[in-house]
Amino acid sequence: MQASKFLAIEWWKRWLWSFVRLVLVAGLAFVILFPILQKISTSIKDKTDLYSPIVIWVPEHFSLDNFRQVITIMDYWPTLGNTFLLSSLTTLLTAISCALAGYGFSRLKFKGSNLLFMGVMLTILVPPTTILIPVYLNLKDFTLMGLIPLLTGGKSLNLLNTYWPFILTSLTANSMKAGLYIFIFRQFFRGIPMEVEEAAYIDGAGIGKTFLRIILPNTVPAIMTVLLFSFVWQWNDSFYTTTYLTTSKVMSIQISSLPYNLGIMLSDGANSKVDPFYQSMVQDTGILLAILPLIIIYIFVQRYFVESIERTGIVG
Amino acid sequence: MKLTAPLRTSRRTYSQRKAIYGFLYVLPWLLGFLFFFLVPLIASFRFSMSNIEANSNGIIITYAGFKNYVEALTVNTSFNRTLTESISTMVVNVPLIVIFSLFLAVLLNQKFLGRTAARAVFFLPVILASGVIMNLESTSLVQAVNDSNAGGKAVSGLGSFELAQLMIQAGVSETIVDYLTGAVDRIYQIVSQSGVQLLIFLAGIQTISPQLYEASKMEGATGYEAFWKITFPMVSPLILVNVVYTIIDSFSTNDMTDLIRETGFEAFNFGLSSAMAWIYFLAVSLILLISTYLISKKVFYQN
Repeated sequence: MQASKFLAIEWWKRWLWSFVRLVLVAGLAFVILFPILQKISTSIKDKTDLYSPIVIWVPEHFSLDNFRQVITIMDYWPTLGNTFLLSSLTTLLTAISCALAGYGFSRLKFKGSNLLFMGVMLTILVPPTTILIPVYLNLKDFTLMGLIPLLTGGKSLNLLNTYWPFILTSLTANSMKAGLYIFIFRQFFRGIPMEVEEAAYIDGAGIGKTFLRIILPNTVPAIMTVLLFSFVWQWNDSFYTTTYLTTSKVMSIQISSLPYNLGIMLSDGANSKVDPFYQSMVQDTGILLAILPLIIIYIFVQRYFVESIERTGIVG
Repeated sequence: MKLTAPLRTSRRTYSQRKAIYGFLYVLPWLLGFLFFFLVPLIASFRFSMSNIEANSNGIIITYAGFKNYVEALTVNTSFNRTLTESISTMVVNVPLIVIFSLFLAVLLNQKFLGRTAARAVFFLPVILASGVIMNLESTSLVQAVNDSNAGGKAVSGLGSFELAQLMIQAGVSETIVDYLTGAVDRIYQIVSQSGVQLLIFLAGIQTISPQLYEASKMEGATGYEAFWKITFPMVSPLILVNVVYTIIDSFSTNDMTDLIRETGFEAFNFGLSSAMAWIYFLAVSLILLISTYLISKKVFYQN
C-alpha cells in the first residue's frame, strides 16, 4: 500500500512536470513564431482588410498584390541573385581561410603562434565600429602598400561599391565575425585525437594531405555550423553592406530603403503622404520575402544542424 | 636526382615541417589581420587625436591632442546619453539572456515528444534576429496595432501588473520587481537574442557525463539538487563564455554604433567619430574585464 502511494506521487510529479514543460516550450515557441505568422497573415491581406474590424488573422479578401508590389519595388529577382552571389562567395572564402587558420593555430604550432592567437581574440573583442573609418578610407584609395599605383601609373583603386572589400576580407579571414569562426574551428580540431594525424603521417600522407583527406571529413559538423552562420549573418548584415556598397542591389540595403522607395513610388516622388498602415504592410511583406530563402535553407540544413551541433566542439 | 629529392625533403624534421606549414596556414589570416585590423586600429587611434580635413587633394591630418575626446564628452549633445543608455541596456540584458538560455538549454536537453521540432524552433532566432530585420521589426506598425486589436496587450499587461502587485505585497524590493516584470514584457527581445547562447549551453550540458547524474540519483538527489550541484558547476565556464559573447553581440546593433557611423559618414567628422569609438571601446572593455574577473572567481574547472 505504502509503495503504491509513493509510486502514485512520483507519477503525478512527473506528469505535472511534463505538463509545465509543454506549456513553457509551446508558449516560447509561439513567441518566436508569432512575428513570422503575423507577417504571413499581413502579407496575404488585401488593402481593405487593414481597416476591417472583423479581420485579425485570416484575411477576408485574399490577395497577392503586396507580393507583386514588393517584387517590383525591391527589384526582387536581381537583388536575390546579387545577395546570393555575395553571401555564398564570402561564406565559402571565409570558411576556407578560417579552417586553415584554425588548423594552423590548433595543431601546427610554431614560435609565436600563441601570441598570434591573442590577436584573433583581439579581433573578436574590438567593436567593428572602432576600425570602420580607417578601413573605409583604405578601401577608397586602395594601394596595397604602394604597389598598385606603380602598375596603373599613380592612380589608386577605389574598391567601394564593388564586391572586392568582401572578397579581400573573407579571403584573409578578417570578414564579419571571422574571429569567432577561427575559434570554433580551432576548438574542434583540438578535439581530434593526435593519433589520427600520426597514423596518417606514418602511412605517408603529408601535412596538406592529412588536413584535406583526414581532418576535414571528420569536421563536417563544424564546417556546416560555420557555413550556416556566415551565410546568414552576411545575408542579414546591414553594417558592412551599407558602408561598402552604397548603390548595389543587395537584400539588406533594399529592405532598409523599402519604406522610402515605396513612398516615392506611391506619391510620384512628391512629399510622401502614404498611408502608414499600408506602408508598414508592404514592409512586412518585404521582410518576409527577404528571409524566405533563409528559412528554406534552414529547413533543409536544420536537422543536420540541430543534431550535430552537440559535437561541434564550440565548448572545447 | 631521384635519390636526392627524398633526401632533401627529409632534411627537415616532422615538427619543423609542421611549424612551417602552420605558419603558411595562418598566413592569410595574418595578412588580413595586419591590413584590415591592426593598421586601421592604429590609424583610428591617430584619427581620434587629430583634426581631419578632407579636400580635393586627399585628407590633411593635424595633431590636436585630446580635443576630440573633450568634445565628445562635453560638447556633443547626444554622446553621453547614448553611451550610458546602450551600456545600461547591455548590463540589464546580459544576465537575463544568460539565465534564460541556461534554463532553456536544460529544458531542451530533457527527453520529450517533439524535442527535435522544439530545438529547430528555438534555434530559428539565430537566423531571424540579426542585422537589418531586427531593426525593422521594431518599427512595424501593423504588428503593433494588431497586438492591441487582438486584446493581447491588455491581457499581458494585466498579467505582469498583477504579478508585480503580488510580489510587492510579499515584500520583494521594488527594483527587483521592475526588473522581473520588465523581463516578462521584453520576452521576445530576450528570446530572439539567446539563440547562439542556447547552442553553447546545450552543447556544454551534453558533455557532462551521465554517470554523475546516475550516482546522484542513487544517493537520492532530486532533479533540482542535481541541477545546482552538477549541471550548474559543470557549465559555469560556459557562463563566462556566454557573458562575453552576449556583450560582444550587442555591438552589432545599438544606438551607439549608429551614432558613431552618423558622425563619421554623414557629418564627415572622422576625428570625433574615432574618438567616440575609442571611448566606447574602452567602456566596453572595462565592463568585460570586471565581469570576467567577477565570474572567473566563481567558475569551477575540473582540473
